[in-house]
Order: sequence, then C-alpha cells, then structure tokens
Amino acid sequence: MANFKTLAKREEKYKKFESGHSLCEGCGLPIAVRTVLNSIDGPVVASNATGCLEVATTRYPTTAWNIPWIHNAFENAAATISGVESAYRSLKRKGKIDGETTFVAFAGDGGTYDIGLQSLSGALERGHKFLYVTLDNGAYMNTGIQRSSATPKGASTTTEPAGRESYGKERQRKNLTEIVAAHEIPFVGQASISNLTDLSDKVEKAVSKDGPSFMNVLSTCQLGWRVPPSDAVNVAKKGVETCFWPLYEVDEGKWNITYEPNEKLPVEEWLKPQKRFAALFKTGNEEVIEEIQEDVDRDWKKLKAKAAM
Amino acid sequence: MSNGNRQVLTGHQVVANAMRQVDPDVVAAYPITPQSEIVEYFSKFVADGKVDSEVITVESEHSAMSACVGSSAAGARTMTATASQGLALMMEIVYIAASMRAPIVMTVANRALSGPINIHCDHSDSMAARDSGVIQIYGEDAQEAYDFTLMAQRLAENEDVLLPVMVTLDGFTLTHTAQVAELLPDDTVTDFVGDYEPLYPLLDVDNPTTQGPFDMPDYYFEHKLQQVEAMKNVPEKFLEIQEEFSSLSDREYSGLFESYKLDDADYAIVLLGSTAGTAKVVVDELRDEGKKVGLLKPWMFRPFPGEEIKDALKGKEAVAVLDRSLSFGSSGPLYLEISSALSHEDEKPRLYNYTYGLGGRDIAEKHIAEVFEDLENPELEGKMRYINART
Repeated sequence: MANFKTLAKREEKYKKFESGHSLCEGCGLPIAVRTVLNSIDGPVVASNATGCLEVATTRYPTTAWNIPWIHNAFENAAATISGVESAYRSLKRKGKIDGETTFVAFAGDGGTYDIGLQSLSGALERGHKFLYVTLDNGAYMNTGIQRSSATPKGASTTTEPAGRESYGKERQRKNLTEIVAAHEIPFVGQASISNLTDLSDKVEKAVSKDGPSFMNVLSTCQLGWRVPPSDAVNVAKKGVETCFWPLYEVDEGKWNITYEPNEKLPVEEWLKPQKRFAALFKTGNEEVIEEIQEDVDRDWKKLKAKAAM
Repeated sequence: MSNGNRQVLTGHQVVANAMRQVDPDVVAAYPITPQSEIVEYFSKFVADGKVDSEVITVESEHSAMSACVGSSAAGARTMTATASQGLALMMEIVYIAASMRAPIVMTVANRALSGPINIHCDHSDSMAARDSGVIQIYGEDAQEAYDFTLMAQRLAENEDVLLPVMVTLDGFTLTHTAQVAELLPDDTVTDFVGDYEPLYPLLDVDNPTTQGPFDMPDYYFEHKLQQVEAMKNVPEKFLEIQEEFSSLSDREYSGLFESYKLDDADYAIVLLGSTAGTAKVVVDELRDEGKKVGLLKPWMFRPFPGEEIKDALKGKEAVAVLDRSLSFGSSGPLYLEISSALSHEDEKPRLYNYTYGLGGRDIAEKHIAEVFEDLENPELEGKMRYINART
C-alpha cells in the first residue's frame, strides 16, 4: 500500500509523466495521472482519448510522456488499448517480445460516459488486461464546458446554461461506475484527486487483477467548476465529504466503501464554492438543492446496502 | 515456380486463406454482409490451430479499426475486413490509420452504402474512402483478390510506403461465388511476405514513443505532405512486388492496370472490378466481328495511375468510363480521374460516362455491347448515362 513518501519516491524514480505540459494551474488531471502511473511498478503503455490531457501534453514536437503513449481519437481509447494489449499477447506468445507490461487508458468523462461508452463496454466484455481511468470533471471542458452525461444536476454549462428560465442541468448525472460494475470485471474503483493514497491503493489493486479494471476519478476543472485554482483539491474533497462522490470499490464482486466521512457534510458544502452552481443559491431554487441532497442521500444509502451484503 | 494448388473456392475462402498464409499477429473485425464469412473462415483457422493470430471480436467496425491502429502501432502485423456501412463507420479511423502510417491490410467486400439499405455490390463504400490516404487495389476475381492481398502485405510494410492497403472484391459476385483459384504453397507465401520489422513499435518500452500527438498549424501541413510523399513511392514499389510475385505464381502482373486488347483498339471501356470479366467476353465477341475494341481495368485506384493511363489511351477514338458509384451533383469518381488524366492532351479521345450496377443491379453482355455502340456516336459524349436503370 502506498503512502505519500512512496508516491514521492516513485515520482523521483520513474518520471513517467514530466512537467512542462500546458494544463491549467489547479487542474486535477496531472495529479491523477501522476498518482496512477506512480502506483504501477514496471513498464506502462498508455492510450489517451482526445481531450485536455492529450492536447496539453503532446503538442508536436513536444511530449510530457516518458512512457509509450498513443492517441487515436476521442471515442476509442478503450478499443485502441485493446489493440495494443492484443498485439502484446500475440507477440509475446510468438516469442518476439518479453517482460511484463501494464496497459492503461485515460479518457475524460465525455470520452467515456458519452461518446466512448460503447468502446469501453466492448473492451471490458472481451476481457483485455488493462486499466481504464476516467478523469471525471463533469463536462466537455476541452471544447468549452459543454454538458456531458457526467455533468451534475444543477451545474451551469455552455450548452445547458443557467438563465432566467433555467438553473442549469435538470437531470441527475449517469452513474458510470455502477454501469461499469455491471460488466462483472475483477475491479472497479471510484476515487478522487483529493484522496491520493486511496486512489493509489485502488490502482495497485486494479493492475494486479488478471483482467480488465476500471477507475472513475473525480478531477477538478477550475475553469468549468469556476473555483480558484488554489482551491481545486479542497473542492474535490468536499465532493467526497458530502458523499456526492463516495470513495468505494467493487473488488471481485465485493462492494467496499473505502472512506467514510466522520461527519457527512450537507451537499451545499460541495455546491457553494463552485460558481457553476451559483443559480441554485438564488431565491426560488431552494428545492433544487433539496432534490440534489435527496439524490445524494438515496445513492449513499444504496451504496451502503451493497457494501453490507 | 508455382506448385500451387488449384481449387474451387469462394472469394471468402480465398481471402481467408491468404490471411492464414500471411499469419497476422492480430485481426480485429466485426461481422457485416458480404464480408462476414472471411472472418468466420479465418476464426475457424485460428480455432483449429492453423494460424497463430489474436482475433479481437470487437463490438463495431469503429472499434475494429481503432484496435487495428493500436495493434499496428504496437508493432504487430495487423489485418481486418469490412464492407459498406462497416467501412463508413470506421472511416474516421481509416484516415487516422493512414496518417499514423499504420501498415494495416484490409479487405473490402464491396457493397452499396445505405440508404436505402441494400446488401449487394457497388463501389460506393470504397469510393467514399478514396481521399482517406489508404492505398486502394481493386480485384477482378477471387484469384486477384488473393494475389493482391499477399502483395498488399509487402506494399503496406515497405519502409518507403508504410500505409494501409485496401484490397477490394465485389460483394456476392466474388465473395459468394465458387471460382477456380490457385493458392500458393504456405511456405512460398511465408517467404514472400517475410517478417515484419516495425520501425518504432509502441511496445518498445525502453525507447518510449509518443504516437498520435496534437499538431497546430505549424506542423499539420508538413505531416500531410509526408503522406503525399509516401503515396508517390507506391507505384514503383508495387511494380517491384508484382515482378517478384509473378515469379512465384502462374500469373503475370506487371502494371498498375490491366490492358485487354487495348493497344490497337479505337474504342475502349474503363471500369473496376468483376465487371471486367463480362467486358472481356464482349470485347472478344466484337473483335470477332472485326471491331477494334478493348478494355482498361485499373488495379490501383489510389494512388491513381493517371500518367500511365493517359499513355495507354493515347490515340483512341472514344473511351467510356463505367462507374459503379455516384458522386451526386458531379460525374463518377473514376470518370473524373480519367478526365483529369487526359485534360492536358491536345488530342484526346471523346469521353463518355456511365453509371452501372448500383445496389447489385445486373450488368449483362448486351449492356456493354451497347456502350461500345454508343462510342461511335459523338452526340452522346459527356452525358451521364445510367445502364439498365429505369430513368
């Protein structure tokens, strides 16, 4: 199990993901990517869906990646890595390559929940040995903060903005982690950039499995969430402490809550610091916050019941 | 040298056997009529231990080509097969495969594009991919599909080329009919295709590469020009590979197109694929009547051998170009190529454009004979005519 010291040591040792990229200050993506890569011992090959992470780390002729890395298109990070992983198994069987390599796919919520869902589902069902990491910041941030099916209820985005007649997104977000869990793969985890050892432990477990594994990581976008860059980690932490974003895993079918807040905070604590939810705090929208609280409470209760089984 | 094995096989079986003999490391494919049986036969070869490939049974053609790009970038010899809607669905990634210089060999069993949905042959699927950056080779029969699939492997992986190659055969007409074809001995093919030595495999973890990065306007143009250069190298390499292949088989390949009784012909037809077989019968019959007619059948459509075809058509009275696909609001894709190839000639043949065979519509000997009759009538020049269609 990793602690901060181990993660820092691995950062020194491997430097799998370098500085010098052009991701924003306060962006959660490099925090997540470093932690994921530093939690894996040995060679890693990554595929990356189109999005901020790809654009800001591989502007030709520069790259921030010290590991083999491939970008193909937006919706096919899972299919692409399944091709790489199949090539690895084939060439290894034929004696053309040796050694153990871990395969990871990175994609945002748009590239996973929406346009990449079929590609992911197919790759999971086929049983390739790879870890798929969704970096969920709850909208199409790279293209300008358009809503995705990961956008939380009540958030204002450029395609479902708050206005005189609307407070923002009306529908609750899709529960992707549970959709993936329904594939009955060996490991599914939900984590956050605010809880790094939890994230790291889950990655270690995930890549130890003989089959597909999946991680959904809450990752702050200071532009889309409209929070100060310095607050990026704290805001993500509020997502965890309010149980909007519970930290849990489904390990070989067993549901475990990996972090339970001492005191479950009211959902306003998560909503209030983010200006994307500003309309909810206007007079007349009180019941929307109540509805969001009800959604969170119901989902948390359901999760606890699954973990108790 | 041949010692090949002449058998009666369907186009499916012939292509599946070519794939078995190539022994790809990875095949990723999705079922679609009229391609499915190619991958079915191949999967049975894998199940029976006759070939040692990983078959990725993907959930769509989009993922088929996506997995092929991943596999090819990883350093594995990679093949796929598709048709029609499948090719349309994978189109986004076909462009990317070409730009990433992935030497993927793909069979296309030509089938009409929807709508209306139709499972029968025309060339609208592969023609839609003509600007994607893949090399396109059209086969007339199962034998050519077999031969070109083997040659395609060498062409794709040539270091001066490194591009995907699409080998097409007409759906149903060739895929589902039994024809006599000669399969080369397995070891002859093994020696001919050789080992694939990828230049920058993603799986070389000691020398990590970033593949598929993001280009701004300062580099994109030059990267596309590298694809242009690679395409320019194709004809010469193809001719070299043909020469080597011809020495191994009973067939003689030496050109980017086949000329049939063309040299002294006054009237010529240009078309792609299986209809060339029907056209040859008509040419023979009209020759018996003393008419000087001939046929030009491009094997290679991308890159298009415009210069060579221009020379071959020099001095003809009239040429009919028969397209098996439409470009709505314009002329047929093959016609445009021929017309462009001849555009700088001072004295050029009269050019006629026909569309035929859409959605599997029959084209018979009499229709082709009528085209040759039309060619003697200057008034019909340039007008698009639709063969065997109710207009």
